[in-house]
Amino acid sequence: MSDDSLWTIFINATLVNNFVLAYFLGICPFLGVSSKMSTATRMGAAVTFVMLVASLSAYGINALLEWLGAPYLRLISYIVVIASAVQFVEMFVKKMSPTLFRALGIFLPLITTNCAILGLALFQTNRGYNLLQCLVFAAGAGAGFTLALVLMAGIREKLALAQLSDIVQGTAISLMVAGILSLAFMGFAGLGAA
Amino acid sequence: MAAEPRDITGADDLVRGLWRENPVFVQVLGMCPVLAVTNSAVNGLTMGLATLFVLVLSNTLVSLLRDYIPRQVRIATFILIIATFVTVVDYLIQAFSLELHRSLGAFISLIVVNCLILSRAEAFASRHGPLRSIMDGLGMGLGFTLALLCMGAVREILGNGSLFGVAVLPSAFQPWIVMVLPGGGFFTLGAWLLLINFRKQQRAKTLAVPVEQP
Repeated sequence: MSDDSLWTIFINATLVNNFVLAYFLGICPFLGVSSKMSTATRMGAAVTFVMLVASLSAYGINALLEWLGAPYLRLISYIVVIASAVQFVEMFVKKMSPTLFRALGIFLPLITTNCAILGLALFQTNRGYNLLQCLVFAAGAGAGFTLALVLMAGIREKLALAQLSDIVQGTAISLMVAGILSLAFMGFAGLGAA
Repeated sequence: MAAEPRDITGADDLVRGLWRENPVFVQVLGMCPVLAVTNSAVNGLTMGLATLFVLVLSNTLVSLLRDYIPRQVRIATFILIIATFVTVVDYLIQAFSLELHRSLGAFISLIVVNCLILSRAEAFASRHGPLRSIMDGLGMGLGFTLALLCMGAVREILGNGSLFGVAVLPSAFQPWIVMVLPGGGFFTLGAWLLLINFRKQQRAKTLAVPVEQP
């Protein structure tokens, strides 16, 4: 059991141990959809939402598996639960708000294979968070993911106007920028260690 | 190596994954473990071998079952197959070396969502026979391992002055701490990609005709 305060968990997940820049989770969407500011914010919102849902379901599943005494089924059940949760969220959003559904577009189904979601579920299990801590952790991780994505999109929008030689264009320069961002985020170290 | 180059197509499949379509340096797939666990050569190697193992077995099973899996639920089935083998690997590593298991942490479980494995199951194993699929899995897995080893070696030498835990640089060398920190992962991969782009460009210039696409 973990006795970290909620505030510490939130700051830790958002800034100190940012999911993208410190744990390298969710690098694919980070490099894939960070070329425009508008898509970046939408993707961030979608991921945060799914994280909250996945965190809640993973907590339930873990409790059930503990009760059954079958921890070796954890990984398999997590991935199935996350995939179906994403499917449900997609159907729900489609029914309730077609505008939002259109805005999120292809991003929702892609989130299933986003390692940040599964990583979140595994981390919260390993650290033994209780239900409230899990939800705060998910919110913090989502906020951190959105922050990293938006920062990156802002830089890349400017970068598109810069003159670059052929060989650095594309993934290589994005990785260099991400490295510098990651270094900047290291400045937050020690912030949440209350 | 189990590869017997008797079958010419099999050997082709093997070499393609290793070099020409290297999953990391050319296709840029499966980035998360590439960046996260390569702060030392040993970690990189273990992660690469674990992925290789899962890749070969899941490719084999998917290819054997490809006629029985209904098209609508194929992705879900692939993920289940992959998750099963990842659980096996997770417990295997835990049994062999608890220390290694601890340093890799949740990243072994995260092999499930490595896009490389799913993409090989979907793009190759579900369309080809078991033998070619095994070769493809071996090739891609070895290519992935090679890439992880390249990353891990560079980061360990520069960040720690050692390779596989043995000091290789003189003690006067001041380690670049940044290389073993998260930022170093991004920089190293960026540098490798730069190098490969540069080589490609040089080659395209000397050949005059661009390199033929498969």
